Amino acid sequence: MSTQSTRAAARLMVAPSVILLFIWMIVPLAMTIWFSFRLYRLLSPDRTGWVGFNNYLWFFNSPDFWTAIINTLLLVGGVLIITVVLGVLIALLIDQPIWGQGPLRILVISPFFVMPPVAASIWENLFMHPQNGLLAAVSRGLGTEPILYLESYPMASIIFIVSWEWLPFATLILLTALQSMSSEQLEAAEMDGASAISRFRYLVLPHLSRAITVVILIQTIFLLGIFGEIFTTTQGGPGSSSTTLPYMIYKQALIAKDIGRAAAGGIIAVILANIVAIFLMRGIGKHLDA
Amino acid sequence: MARAATTRQKVVFTVAAWAVGLLIFFPVLWTILTSFKTEVSAVASPPEFLGADWTLENYAEVWARSDYPRFFWNSVVISIGSTLLGIAIAIPAAWSMAFAPGRRTKDLLMWMLSTKMMPAVGVLIPMYLLFQRTGLFDTRIGLVLALMLMNLPIIVWMLYTYFKEIPGEILEAARMDGASLKNEIIYVLTPMAVPGIASTMLLNIILAWNEAFWTITLTTIDAAPLSAFIASFSAPQGLFYAKLSAASTMAIAPILILGWFSQKQLVRGLTFGAVK
Repeated sequence: MSTQSTRAAARLMVAPSVILLFIWMIVPLAMTIWFSFRLYRLLSPDRTGWVGFNNYLWFFNSPDFWTAIINTLLLVGGVLIITVVLGVLIALLIDQPIWGQGPLRILVISPFFVMPPVAASIWENLFMHPQNGLLAAVSRGLGTEPILYLESYPMASIIFIVSWEWLPFATLILLTALQSMSSEQLEAAEMDGASAISRFRYLVLPHLSRAITVVILIQTIFLLGIFGEIFTTTQGGPGSSSTTLPYMIYKQALIAKDIGRAAAGGIIAVILANIVAIFLMRGIGKHLDA
Repeated sequence: MARAATTRQKVVFTVAAWAVGLLIFFPVLWTILTSFKTEVSAVASPPEFLGADWTLENYAEVWARSDYPRFFWNSVVISIGSTLLGIAIAIPAAWSMAFAPGRRTKDLLMWMLSTKMMPAVGVLIPMYLLFQRTGLFDTRIGLVLALMLMNLPIIVWMLYTYFKEIPGEILEAARMDGASLKNEIIYVLTPMAVPGIASTMLLNIILAWNEAFWTITLTTIDAAPLSAFIASFSAPQGLFYAKLSAASTMAIAPILILGWFSQKQLVRGLTFGAVK
């Protein structure tokens, strides 16, 4: 059906989306690149000028920078592993013949509807608070000292909170994929004496690969920019122990009010995101029938 | 892949699955329960479950202390506005990708998604300046535009996966009968794709409702939605657990209820065509 005129019309119709997104991407990006090579501090507005790569060098020489890179990768990787592994296990469990699967799905998807600042503040105050949190009450009930979750294990706590937010997404996509599987194949394998583990390894897992791809792709997009959860809970601390790259940029922009440095950090974050994106598209893009 | 099972197996699996489900849901439930307790009861040790002092006072106080209806209305306008605008721009794009794909269609789709990988905080200052200069700062139309653009790649992708399942022959038949391209999209394609469009809209309303970076940084008062409302309650002052819970419940309840009712639709859309 692709006549000459249809193809022209197709280009025309895809154009608004492409042009708008291109502007949305390129204008702030160009401004950020410009700022990143300049001295631009809100606290001393008179002193401006070109500083070459100084803003970038400041990042590379900052001891916090490598912590922030590692924390960013830990957060993305940790949440991906937790949500995919638990998501597969929980989906397998819910997919068993059980009563009340409908209401159960509603319970499981609920955290997905909770906005990130609310999720972070619920966990920080109602659960992880060292005096009044429910987890502290559990510790006391067990006769042990309450754990200072956000002070002693800040990154682990944040990874936990973010995993709670994203587990429903992973679980329900994987569940939908499981339910589209034909039971004949599994029954045949079972009659041929295949063990539960090899049925999972050779039948279920390959069937889930496309769904897992989508989970990883969508979550990575959102996880790379995680900011609100850290802002609400640890503010990047104690020290810089839970500072990620987005949070480090935020500190430069709004606390140190050094726009030049924040811009350099932004460009570094964009480059990092692109490296991750290329890796993702190479690694898993081929599973997508796009 | 549900298979026949004995009743005993079914009981065991039901108990295990419900235990996991309740554990995942518990933080939400606990927040709702706490919102109906007095402040003293909210921090009681050991925690009070059903024997607490129940009250509606927290809601009354949160309601009195802030202009909830304005925040709520801003959230509604911004999330629905950005979704409708996004759908209107994305339908033609998804049509051409699904029914007249070129060699670069897949790359284009991936490029669109990659624009979402740019960390928002990295371009915060330019955005802030642009919004100030253009008069879009702290306006609902400004946020509608920002969130529309933010979610446009997801909208295009979801619609594309739905459109691809519609047989192209039907559209061709309409064209043979003399329908113009515009009529073909409005009267033939769109009605067939209604379920897909509906779940795309749902997901985007939820994403826009829960967006909490641009909505907080690009607003002060006039256009501030519920994400800003909740941010104003997170500063701890004395006993505030019950009030914080009430404010949290008020911020998430509308979308939670919408989500519960449309859960099936939504999950189907979330699979992005990964499940046939």
